[in-house]
Amino acid sequence: MSDTTTFTLEVLRYNPESDDVPHAESFSVPYQEDWVVLDALNWVKDNVDGSLTFRWSCHMAVCGSCGMMVNNEPVLSCKAFLRDYLKDGKGTITVGALKNFPVEKDLVIVMDSFMEKLEAVKPWIIRTTEKPVEEGTFIQLPKQLKRFKHHTSCINCLLCYAACPQVGLNPGFIGPAALALAHRYNLDSRDQGKDLRKDVTASEYGVWECTFVSACSEVCPKDVEPAGAIQEQKIESSIDWALDHLIPGRKAR
Amino acid sequence: MSRKPYEPTLPNTWWLEKPFYIRYMLREMTSFFVGAYVAILIVGLWQLSQGPDAWGSFLGVLSHPLSVIFHVLAFVFATFHTVTWFALTPRTTPIMRGDHFVPPGPIIGAQYVIWAAASIVVLAAVLW
Amino acid sequence: MDVIETDIAIVGAGGAGLRAAIAAAEADPSLSVTLLSKVYPMRSHTVAAEGGAAGVAKAEDSLDHHFNDTVSGGDWLCDQDAVDFFVAQAPKELIRTEHWGCPWSRTPDGKVAVRPFGGMKIERTWYAADKTGFHLLHTLFQTSMKYPSVKRLDEVYTTDLLIEDGRIAGVLAHEIRSGKPMVILARSVIICTGGAGRVFPFTTNGAIKTGDGMAMAFRAGVPLKDMEFVQYHPTGLPGTGILISEAARGEGGILVNKDGYRYLQDYGMGPPDPWPRKKAMELGPRDRLSQAFWQEQQKGRCIDSKWGDVMHLDLRHLGEAKIAERLPFIRDLALSYVGVDVVNAPIPVRPVVHYTMGGIHTDITAGTPVPGLYAAGECACVSINGANRLGSNSLTELLVFGAVAGRNAAAHARGVPMPSHTNALAQADGHRKRVVALLERSKGTESVVGLRTALNDTMETGCGIYRTEDSLRATVETLAVLKTRFANVAIDDKSGVYNTDLTGAIELGNMIEIGETMALSALQRTESRGSHQRLDHPARDDAAFLKHSMAHRVEGEAPRVEYRDVVITRSQPAERVYGGEAK
Ligand SMILES: Cc1cc2nc3c(=O)[nH]c(=O)nc-3n(C[C@H](O)[C@H](O)[C@H](O)COP(=O)(O)OP(=O)(O)OC[C@H]3O[C@@H](n4cnc5c(N)ncnc54)[C@H](O)[C@@H]3O)c2cc1C
Ligand code: SF4
Ligand code: FES
Repeated sequence: MSDTTTFTLEVLRYNPESDDVPHAESFSVPYQEDWVVLDALNWVKDNVDGSLTFRWSCHMAVCGSCGMMVNNEPVLSCKAFLRDYLKDGKGTITVGALKNFPVEKDLVIVMDSFMEKLEAVKPWIIRTTEKPVEEGTFIQLPKQLKRFKHHTSCINCLLCYAACPQVGLNPGFIGPAALALAHRYNLDSRDQGKDLRKDVTASEYGVWECTFVSACSEVCPKDVEPAGAIQEQKIESSIDWALDHLIPGRKAR
Repeated sequence: MSRKPYEPTLPNTWWLEKPFYIRYMLREMTSFFVGAYVAILIVGLWQLSQGPDAWGSFLGVLSHPLSVIFHVLAFVFATFHTVTWFALTPRTTPIMRGDHFVPPGPIIGAQYVIWAAASIVVLAAVLW
Repeated sequence: MDVIETDIAIVGAGGAGLRAAIAAAEADPSLSVTLLSKVYPMRSHTVAAEGGAAGVAKAEDSLDHHFNDTVSGGDWLCDQDAVDFFVAQAPKELIRTEHWGCPWSRTPDGKVAVRPFGGMKIERTWYAADKTGFHLLHTLFQTSMKYPSVKRLDEVYTTDLLIEDGRIAGVLAHEIRSGKPMVILARSVIICTGGAGRVFPFTTNGAIKTGDGMAMAFRAGVPLKDMEFVQYHPTGLPGTGILISEAARGEGGILVNKDGYRYLQDYGMGPPDPWPRKKAMELGPRDRLSQAFWQEQQKGRCIDSKWGDVMHLDLRHLGEAKIAERLPFIRDLALSYVGVDVVNAPIPVRPVVHYTMGGIHTDITAGTPVPGLYAAGECACVSINGANRLGSNSLTELLVFGAVAGRNAAAHARGVPMPSHTNALAQADGHRKRVVALLERSKGTESVVGLRTALNDTMETGCGIYRTEDSLRATVETLAVLKTRFANVAIDDKSGVYNTDLTGAIELGNMIEIGETMALSALQRTESRGSHQRLDHPARDDAAFLKHSMAHRVEGEAPRVEYRDVVITRSQPAERVYGGEAK
């Protein structure tokens, strides 16, 4: 299982108390076939430098903490296997903090902006009247569930924000994951809040900031299909706009 | 003992970093040719409405070698543009049949069928 | 030091903490709720739960069945008044999550679908494919955002509880990204910090499950109840410990040994056919299944793999379509982490530490002995789980008792004044010294990783699936040594900003204390019950031990273990029967 091969991690480090810009530091780790990049980082933290800083928790690709740039691609480090980066029995990778976010320290990004965007799209069921618990659950047919189910799988890992040039160019852009989440609620047969969410999703920071690079869907580890969710909302928004102009008084509704 | 987050900036050359981004930029660039071609078409229509002389000189310009080169290029780029968009359509307009989504293959295929049919109709109309 | 005043402080924003926050906000929108968490809420380990949440849903099922399954599953160590309350609230709480948008899997006619879980007479586990915890957590988190009275403090690490005249006064914490200490003064505090699986080396628990809340309460004088009961899940992936949910067996998966034989029939779970069948074979309770693995291992009937001894969990007969619909995450996990496509090959599995039945002593109101202090979720011990938790009861528990805690904390907050600043600050200064010492100690002789490894090793060898007097004694002694060695621990990172080296060290200190309560309670319980199996005392002893163990902290010494009667209302202890005879 383990052999004598060593593996090199070029980690982009940043210590706010002593650095002005990030710098690369190289660590050699013993290669293990079963190891993911996160295991290698933990080995460094335990055995070489306890100050190496990164987020992680579940180690099973579901908590969304451990997103990083590995060889300049955004990945979940707990699901990126060292063996996949091995060439001719040797391996070197670069590891850096997710792009398009401020860096707090080493591999830890500041994600306040994302939390605000998430909240801005009102990601909860909105109803004109609440259904009492005594009435039991809503009826939702499998096909109604299927319609939005993939958009519910987002783990907020932010790989899509790191991949999206529009996020980099316009930091205010609500961005892929949050817009996909808005769409998820809009499509839910139990929800009635679409019109309220439109104030944000169809605003200048909403879907129209997207130029359909579709890198978000390419890097998404959970097949959330944020690019699709945004394009669908663009189409809806256009139809809305047209109808607003064709039918007098519609917009006021 | 205090925070000082490092604020990275996106370099202007960001799109050169990855083939994926380059392909995207290429797709965006092709819009220029598609747009230019449409503009020429509109000018042509306008010339046509101005009488046979105007139309004749327009045709003259069209047969200039530079114009021919432009049209060949425009055709190549328009095709590229179309193909990339067709490939993205399943993302923009998912279609459900029963309890399942229609897989991308048939959606993309259907667009080619429509494209071919439209081309035949146009060709037929021109040849008649 | 920064001081924040709030009516209700909730420590932990996993399923329990979020549910409590929503309940408190709904109970009285004029109360301020402060929700602290050491990670962003959606990173909480509730996210990892796969299989489902139990609540009576089918016409042929009943609250009595749910009660009986839970009490016998817990080997009669459950408090029956709490279980009664729990099973009655369960469906209501689950319906509420459905109204909040949780994408529960459905039957063809649009009702919520249920699946069977181990030890369950009739299927009652609600599921959202095999990512139930993930969906539940995100639903609760997103729903919590609509309540303006709930203010979150994300990535704020709580180190201690503050007490004034015997009642709760707030908590001491620090913002991880700045290192800035802060006092949260509160009329009520709810602890929802989750389990402590990380005390063991091989666990399904994420890095954050270090028992912080248990240790905080313990230090503040609250006893920890039933700590010796640690659940091993029978099917974890070797190497990583990633869970392969019981849902895999609920859907029809089977376990075989190296001879391809369904060995569970040799351990009172048979006969193997017909299959699938409730409360039999692979759908027996977790303690029995994990123990059977150990027995087979002694007999040399495990499969020898590159990760050591494993058994095979075979799902092939379910077919690709069913696996894709019901178990997509399992398929993905097995493929990624052990290179097995479950459609074509069996999954190697072995038992793995999964759940702490014990925890902060609470009663049916979610209250602790300290007025104003509540606890809910895995960190608490109500107790509905007794000596062995029934699969899928925990997600429901955090909803039911999270809500209770939220409501009761709100009611309490309305009736008491805001604690005094001076008192709390003085106390906070005292506690803060421990943290500062860790930062300032430059000539420490011990490392976090060294002590953590020693802790993990001694817990596994001495306090694992099967225990003996000797093994436990050795572990208790080792832990006492580790406690003194911890006083010399030094860390590399001395900085204020996002210091995970520091939090890691604090967590280690917490885990050593928790480990000690586990080993000591296990040593003193000279019987076998549920997940606590003593090779030297193989029988259950109701005369002496139909009791909760209560570990109290004693400064500078080993904890003192006392006992407390179990609440029995309508189910007298009997033999636990599974397999052919199960009713
Ligand atoms: C892999 C796995 C699968 C499971 N599957 C199921 C299942 O199918 N069905 C079922 O019923 N149960 C299941 N369980 C059990 C169940 O998921 C957990 O018991 C439950 O989710 C615990 O929830 P919680 O809210 O108590 O704690 P958690 O979700 O663990 O949350 C703890 C919170 O406390 C915070 N916290 C901790 N310490 C501090 C501190 N010092 N300062 C500030 N904040 C702190 C954390 O940040 C976090 O927000 C599973 C468990 C695991 C590990
Ligand atoms: S949409 Fe995908 S890539 Fe983006 S945050 Fe969600 S899971 Fe991650
Ligand atoms: S550690 Fe949770 S997603 Fe990687």
